[in-house]
Amino acid sequence: MSGMDAIRTDLGVAWAIARKDALSELRGRQAAGSTLFFAALVLLLFGFALGPDTRRLTEAAPGLLWLAIVFGGLLTVARLHQLETEDGALDELARYPVERRAIYLGKAIAGLGAMLVLGGVLLPVVAILYGIDLLGAAPALVLALVLGSIGFAAVGTFYAGVTVRLRAREVMLPLLMLPVIAPLLLAAVKATAAALGGDPLGELASWLQLLAGYDLVMLLAGAAGYGFLLEE
Amino acid sequence: MKTRILGAVALLAVAAASVNALFIVPADLNQGEAQRIMYVHVPSAWLAYLSFGVTALAGIGYLWKRDLRLDHVALSAAEIGVMFTAFAIWGGMMWGQPVWGVFWQWEDPRLTTTALLLALYVGYLLFRRLTDDPHRRAARAAVVGLVAAVDIPIVHFSVEWWRGLHQGPTIGSPDRILNPAAPMQFVTALLAVLGAFTVAWAWLMIRRYQLAAAEARLEDAARRTRVAAARRATVAAARAEEATR
Repeated sequence: MSGMDAIRTDLGVAWAIARKDALSELRGRQAAGSTLFFAALVLLLFGFALGPDTRRLTEAAPGLLWLAIVFGGLLTVARLHQLETEDGALDELARYPVERRAIYLGKAIAGLGAMLVLGGVLLPVVAILYGIDLLGAAPALVLALVLGSIGFAAVGTFYAGVTVRLRAREVMLPLLMLPVIAPLLLAAVKATAAALGGDPLGELASWLQLLAGYDLVMLLAGAAGYGFLLEE
Repeated sequence: MKTRILGAVALLAVAAASVNALFIVPADLNQGEAQRIMYVHVPSAWLAYLSFGVTALAGIGYLWKRDLRLDHVALSAAEIGVMFTAFAIWGGMMWGQPVWGVFWQWEDPRLTTTALLLALYVGYLLFRRLTDDPHRRAARAAVVGLVAAVDIPIVHFSVEWWRGLHQGPTIGSPDRILNPAAPMQFVTALLAVLGAFTVAWAWLMIRRYQLAAAEARLEDAARRTRVAAARRATVAAARAEEATR
């Protein structure tokens, strides 16, 4: 098999796995809806913690938005692996005669889809609750959201794989993952703030580049490491 | 025996370098006595990075050779690294209070990076304790340690940038002293503690490794006992069933 064919096969496998996860998420389980509601609730509680001064909330909005995305995202990536733990499905997945990196990529694509839905729901909530004008900053904001979601899905898929078989996975996933995504949080918040504020310092592009670099590094590290997690 | 000699050398070296740094070298003109904290702070930070480097390399080595001894090295280095990271943060805070007026200076990229470093490797150590099978634990820990190591430069870079684009105040950093203009006496005192601490680190590594190897033997023996007991129980049950027939 030539190199191009191998890549094409990997992408096909990844797409099939992502599709399967998306379908099982859409049919049956209502957990996705609960996660979205939880993240919106977090935004409401931030308002209680920092309000009622709307100006203060507007100022803190980029950070609060990303914290809500992180909290909701933790639940999202955990759930995507949780699906697999029942009935030994994860072992079955590990036995497939396909590249492990393709399995990782498929899981990450499914995670990215869920993260984009989460971000898409939270953005208007932030705009309404914290008094922010979204439309003026839309393209840059969407770019920051997409790049941040890719990085989160890349790291989250890896750590969900790390913790999926552990007894204490509910606490270990955030414990291992949060320090690793600290640079992502930092860059995403800065990019969002720059996008919303009209980028007076001209720093938006730098933060977006940092996000893109982070995404690339973490995708490669996750794809390389994920195979070792599926080993017996 | 050789390890004991190394331990004695480490003890003497740390004592001698400490006496020099605490009493013989004069205090810094601007920062006063607080500057002496640097003689613990800088070697601790250096050993923290050295340890985590060893953890990452030993992890790669394990994934390649599948030799559990390399996993023991990774564990030992991570544990010692966490200890020195905590020392470095503690020293930095003690130094920050008199010099900056606060324990925690968010504008200092090194402090914030080090705090994340501590969180990364405390997570690594906690994670290790949750998997029972030694090879499974070693492989997963190696991968987790590698991703943590990959993250460190990004963390450092982004936090530095965070401050840089923020236009924060210029901060006198603890290791500014290492510039060529610093008096020779300060430089030699710092090099002496660096050397002494590194010898102590080597001794700690050897001892912790021996402990890890002993723990692994114990774990292995316990597992064998359990398996043997289970086998005996099965045989006894089968015989009892036969007898009743």
